[in-house]
Amino acid sequence: MDTDFARSRRRDLIVAFVLAAIAAVVPLFVKDVYVQNIMVLTLMWGALSQSWNILSGYCGQISLGHALYFGIGAYTTALLFTKFGVLPWFGMIGGGLISAVIAMGLGYPCFRLRGHYFVIATIVIAEIGLLLFHNWDWAGAALGIDIPVRGDSWLKFQFTRSKLPYFYFALALACVAWFVTWWLEDSKWGYWWRAVKDNPEAAESLGVVVFNSKMGAAAVSAFLVAVGGSFYAQFVSYIDPESVMGFQFSLLMALPAVLGGIGTLWGPLLGAVILIPVTELTRSFIGGSGRGVDLIVYGGLIIAISLARPQGLVGLFTPKRKEAAR
Amino acid sequence: MTAQTIIQSLASGLLMGLLYGLIAVGLALIFGLMDVVNFAHGEFLMIAMYATFFLFAFFAIDPLLSAPLVAAALFVFGAVVYLLIVRFAVRAKANAGMVQIFSTFGLAIVMRGLAQYFFTPDYRSVTHSWLGGKTVSIGGIFLPEPQLIGAAVAIAAFGGLYFFINRTDFGRALEATREDAGAVALVGIDKNRVFALGWGLGAALVGLAGAIMSIFFYIYPDVGASFALIAYVTVALGGFGSVFGAFAGGIIVGLVEATTALLLPPSLKAVGIYAVYLLVVFVRPRGLFGSM
Repeated sequence: MDTDFARSRRRDLIVAFVLAAIAAVVPLFVKDVYVQNIMVLTLMWGALSQSWNILSGYCGQISLGHALYFGIGAYTTALLFTKFGVLPWFGMIGGGLISAVIAMGLGYPCFRLRGHYFVIATIVIAEIGLLLFHNWDWAGAALGIDIPVRGDSWLKFQFTRSKLPYFYFALALACVAWFVTWWLEDSKWGYWWRAVKDNPEAAESLGVVVFNSKMGAAAVSAFLVAVGGSFYAQFVSYIDPESVMGFQFSLLMALPAVLGGIGTLWGPLLGAVILIPVTELTRSFIGGSGRGVDLIVYGGLIIAISLARPQGLVGLFTPKRKEAAR
Repeated sequence: MTAQTIIQSLASGLLMGLLYGLIAVGLALIFGLMDVVNFAHGEFLMIAMYATFFLFAFFAIDPLLSAPLVAAALFVFGAVVYLLIVRFAVRAKANAGMVQIFSTFGLAIVMRGLAQYFFTPDYRSVTHSWLGGKTVSIGGIFLPEPQLIGAAVAIAAFGGLYFFINRTDFGRALEATREDAGAVALVGIDKNRVFALGWGLGAALVGLAGAIMSIFFYIYPDVGASFALIAYVTVALGGFGSVFGAFAGGIIVGLVEATTALLLPPSLKAVGIYAVYLLVVFVRPRGLFGSM
């Protein structure tokens, strides 16, 4: 039987294919390195926010501590590569798995907490991680890690001549995060998560194992964010605790989803496509003075969108979709 | 480590803790009133510190004298923030929680940007204030005078707040509104007015804290960020919605911080605070005195 929901899901998939295909050819025409850099960051933040959205949007467990997983991904890759010469690809998977395990370990006590108590617990746990890395001499402490250039190849995941490979990896990551969300949305887990978000007691009484579904969401979300962190470490080739695990990162991960539409399939990407270029452009055109005008524009944008469109911008583009997702 | 050192650092921790309580109480008050966490709370502290600094730099008004002025200015500022931003954020039909978090967080970023724009990112300090750098010695324990006065102000502020909430008409209106905002409208209390006054009062309290802090802390646009997280932890530790939980939470945070600093490297002193928060909420998910 072809329901409206099934039809709209198929339409989403087709739209995603078309958008990905268009995105894939754009850098062949746009050669400007500065613009390519913004595109890489946009895709990366879109992917991160999409992953954050799985736990915080669909499952309703607002985390403002995802910088922890981002940092663990970045550090795992960078440490394995610089200390033991392990290829970043293994670091990426390893960092993802470590993050997923840590997310479940932390979820065990934290998922009993509600509301602001949970949010603050996620913030302080990430802060503890940040402080520990700050004081961990073997991992470079506050100075961080400089990732040496050992080549220019997909094998070593280092590219010195062009940003294009980074762009394609970020695009692939965004596609994977989107597809995982798309697939989970119509799976048993997806329905459980939304039930847990709306009313955990009612969900429990109907046989949803609330605790396990939160754990599942946390693991998937942390894994994908850590892969993003690994990518970021290779992309910028220098990391320190503040630049991969700071509280700002947790907020930046949440922002695109919140502005685009939290708990929606397209919200995080839409939010990133609007927010990241605006941030980068204001930073380079008016932020150069170091006088904070970029912050004023950026903060003003956040206030304006969150007050004017509390349900996110996504409803402006796909009004029908929102109904279907309910 | 002698008994002397331990008593010394616990005494300093206690004084600092009372100030943490004063910083956090505005947050607790606003949350108790309308279930909103102000993510720009640290920036409220920051502008209070700048206000104190400029009153000192331009008019040579000592922070102790300007504290009431700064508190009054912050009162107006808090009420205006409620009327211009928060009033609309709480009306949001969808994602109420996230809209509150991110509209006040957006405000925090704007305020930091404005501070950078007008005041530059330079570090400022109030030099030659009456109390700055002075200490008193009680039985061999040295206590800095600014922190001593700060602790006294904090205790006085909590006492005043207790009186205010329990003994005045506005205090009763505040209590009634937090119990049932819909019902108070029926007896002719304007909900928006009470909320605006609540925001004003919360901001005035952090303004008082900022004036005292400016005596012994550097003042820069990001200064609020370092205290905001401590304030959230303080409030949550005491239990959201409990104004006097913030008082107890502040003292605990101050003592834990001092103890951690004795045992671990100074850069890790915040870890103790965070660990105690986690331990407390894992055992009591609503904080020590949380009511709901």
